[in-house]
Amino acid sequence: MADERKLHSPGVSSLLGIFPGQTPPLVVAAALADPPVDDDILAKRPLGALFWFALVWVALVAILAIIANWLPLPNPNHQNYAAINASPGIHHILGTDDLGRDLLSRIIFGARVSLVVGFASVAIGMVIGGTLGLISGFKGGRLDIALNAGSFVILAFPAIVAVIAIVAFWGQTLAKITIIIGVGTIPIMFRVVRASSLAFVNRDFVIAARTLGATSTRIVFREILPNVIPAAVSFGLITVAGVIVLEGSLAFLGLSVALPTPSWGNLISEGTANGNLSINPYILMWPALAMFLLLLSINLIGDRLRQRFDIREGLL
Amino acid sequence: MLSYLLKRLAQLVVVAFIISVLVFLLVHLLPGDPTVSILGGNVTAANRQILLHELGLNTPLYHQYWIWLIHALHGNLGQSYLTHETVGHVIATGFPIDVELIIISQVVAFAVAIPVALITSRRPNRPLDNIATTGTFGLLALPPFLIAPILVAIFAVGLHWFPATGYVPFSQNPASNLHDMILPGLALTAGSIAVYYRLLRSDLIMTLQEDFITMARSKGLSNRRIMMRQAFRPSTFSLLAVAGVNIGALLAGTFIVEYLFAMDGLGYSIVQAVQQRDYLLVQGIALVVAIAYVVLQFIIDFLFTVVDPRVTRE
Amino acid sequence: MNSRRSGRPADRTLEFLDVTDLADPLLVVKDLHTSFRTGRGTVHAVDGVSLTVGRGKTLGVVGESGSGKTVLARSIMGLLPTRDVIRSGTVQFAGHEMTTMAPAQLRQVWGAQMSMIFQDPMTALNPVVRIGRQITDSLRLHLHMDRKEANATAVELLRSVGIPSPEERVRWYPFQLSGGMRQRVMIAIALACAPRLVLADEPTTGLDVSVQAQILDLLEAMQSERHMAVVLVTHDLGVVAKRADEIAVMYAGRIVERAPTRTLFAHTHMPYTRALMDSIPRLANPSGTRLQAIGGRPPDLIHPPKGCRFAPRCPYAQDKCRESDPPLRTAASSDHVFACWFPLVDRVSADGSATSSASAVDREAPSS
Repeated sequence: MADERKLHSPGVSSLLGIFPGQTPPLVVAAALADPPVDDDILAKRPLGALFWFALVWVALVAILAIIANWLPLPNPNHQNYAAINASPGIHHILGTDDLGRDLLSRIIFGARVSLVVGFASVAIGMVIGGTLGLISGFKGGRLDIALNAGSFVILAFPAIVAVIAIVAFWGQTLAKITIIIGVGTIPIMFRVVRASSLAFVNRDFVIAARTLGATSTRIVFREILPNVIPAAVSFGLITVAGVIVLEGSLAFLGLSVALPTPSWGNLISEGTANGNLSINPYILMWPALAMFLLLLSINLIGDRLRQRFDIREGLL
Repeated sequence: MLSYLLKRLAQLVVVAFIISVLVFLLVHLLPGDPTVSILGGNVTAANRQILLHELGLNTPLYHQYWIWLIHALHGNLGQSYLTHETVGHVIATGFPIDVELIIISQVVAFAVAIPVALITSRRPNRPLDNIATTGTFGLLALPPFLIAPILVAIFAVGLHWFPATGYVPFSQNPASNLHDMILPGLALTAGSIAVYYRLLRSDLIMTLQEDFITMARSKGLSNRRIMMRQAFRPSTFSLLAVAGVNIGALLAGTFIVEYLFAMDGLGYSIVQAVQQRDYLLVQGIALVVAIAYVVLQFIIDFLFTVVDPRVTRE
Repeated sequence: MNSRRSGRPADRTLEFLDVTDLADPLLVVKDLHTSFRTGRGTVHAVDGVSLTVGRGKTLGVVGESGSGKTVLARSIMGLLPTRDVIRSGTVQFAGHEMTTMAPAQLRQVWGAQMSMIFQDPMTALNPVVRIGRQITDSLRLHLHMDRKEANATAVELLRSVGIPSPEERVRWYPFQLSGGMRQRVMIAIALACAPRLVLADEPTTGLDVSVQAQILDLLEAMQSERHMAVVLVTHDLGVVAKRADEIAVMYAGRIVERAPTRTLFAHTHMPYTRALMDSIPRLANPSGTRLQAIGGRPPDLIHPPKGCRFAPRCPYAQDKCRESDPPLRTAASSDHVFACWFPLVDRVSADGSATSSASAVDREAPSS
């Protein structure tokens, strides 16, 4: 039956957490997973070509973002009134916006924000939340109960209120926003890693290690961690996509990294303002396309990883 | 039955209370206060003190919370400091908008996801299924802030089929209202389609392997009948649970769409209220959203008992 | 009861003559092969099986798990997955060739003329559908009853299989019933449209011994009432010993011995059959008697061994057994076939006295 996959209504704990308005990454991960049936029924999914495109695109975006300063690009904030709303051409490969700023440059520099916030904040969440989850799952007891209950409450809170408030309070820089969102992903990473490690804690090889006199630290890091990593990484990637969307949504409202730093969310927002849609649809189109491809790629890669490591979603 | 209801009611009260306290603490601990937004250019130290006193904002926190609580229990959630609209009024106009948006998005999501899943689950990994899977990934890469502008560009600006902003209240003109709500509703639906489709497909594939399906075949029942009557129902459980979580997430997150389509729903209202330190508005809206969420969970749990006879109401 | 309206115009409606007009035998299977293509290779689950069943008779098919008996039952019915399955041979049922039927025609047969009782009633009954509905589905489909009539018939069927308060229980769900009850419901479902042939796949596995006997008695009673033929598939020779007219022993996808029940027990030829008999615990034995299990494991059906497939586990195996595959030959009585180079009767008969050798004639049995 669908027993293994029964996501019983989680009661009060909402998994809302930090991803309002989106399908929570946990749900996305569960949905993308293949059902546990024989391979003969579900032949290997032929994602070959698409997967490589995805990898290439992410790598391309990342590399361009890193070396942006050394590329022969005009300053992304330089307003060239002589070339307002220029169509794509030799001088401006993707054209310019309504203030004469080069679109290609803005997109490449804007990629930094998305990538840094995306990966760095999930990294924070995984390191802190994941470690806590490992320890909590392994030790159990009161610590576990306390942490678990705590993460419950945090996840049930309409976190968007918290994020907006804290960003407004603390400041809109790249680093601060990364940290805020990173901290926000801790509860969900905690739960995922904890659930995953719980699945292993009572397995024979852990008990065997115990009887051989291994210390707890050793067991946690040598026995359990390697088994938990595949699930965590795969889920992490899907969360990266979720964070990029979150940051994009905030940027869209001007609540992310302060202008004039370009960010894809900002660019998309600019694309819809001031009647730009009718005058110069490129302002919207390029960043939208870039973001679409990035999200698509990250999800594809995360999914392929999950396929490889055969993750079952007992993660809830 | 009664004890079950009472238990859920108690849960509701506890959650609402905790959330209201947390939200209260959060906004009050932020630096700044509404005086800046209210007074605008007339901010002097003296003016601020007078205003703070008037608004009752210089009493201890627990006192302020207590006042708020008492009033809330009498049904009075206060007023916005800025617009002087009662919080109740803001909620009464804003909440139905959000509900309608969510309903539209979910109806579309189910209307697309269910038939496609029913078709592709019978032949997994055949061409049709692969196309659908690729489509799923595409949909997952189209969050509201990305797809809303595109929808507006194509359907509003380009084709002029739908308005880019604004709406007519439902009570005034239902047809026109729906017409205006379609684009914003669609903007919310992409992720839901992807997730509902994949989950239902997965569950259907699993269910179709079960013995009772072979047994149904052995009775001579047609494939279509087996699909609809025997396979579909046991496969909807995950879908139901996920719908609960998903709708909950949407409840808190319609602000992008509201902003873009210039609708005064609760999502954007609470964002603005936080920025302007409009405490009472924040409290009121957060409370309503929390309550709505718990009620939603309750409905989902109840639907579980209806759909799965093995789940009893305790 | 046997008339049926045609479905869509394109379907050829099958005509099934009344039972008494039919010549024997009801079911004729000739050289049936069923293989599955899997990632590991092609599994030859049924590797050349021939048998017949007369109307109203009971055939027992006995074998270990992995012998292919379940696949055989489903293969006869045609209830196989649509992909990666290769089937050859003929299955003649009541004058119609099943293997070439279109799906729509098979659906006319299934439930109405031929039905199956599945092994595990907990998984074979839809957990979220009331048991009444699970019965009335076939009644309404094949016998064109309306809802009221179907419901009343379902209640009667439940009563006839021994379920107390059937009017109430017809609205129950499977999880509310005990294992024995569920199996009775399965029988009720299988028999609802009074089929001519019922394939019972391990109908008593997992049930208490006392309940087992009840279920089998029930099946027998229904059978004689309706003049139904039954193919009883089981791993337990004891189950079929008293209830089958004929027994076929399966091993590694093939029939290795087939005979009328009495003959099989009196003149066992195949060592495997003997081993199966010996492994049945007997009440008469003193307590503490060791159970005789058959050592070793069933053969790999993807790459079966050269020679007799039972040879690796046979206590009497000789070189010839490992070299070449023994064909099915006829024994002294023409209704008894076996596949063994050195059948037991050459050595020692059932009562222990030596008999003359050369009783097996080296003549290819006609494939019947």
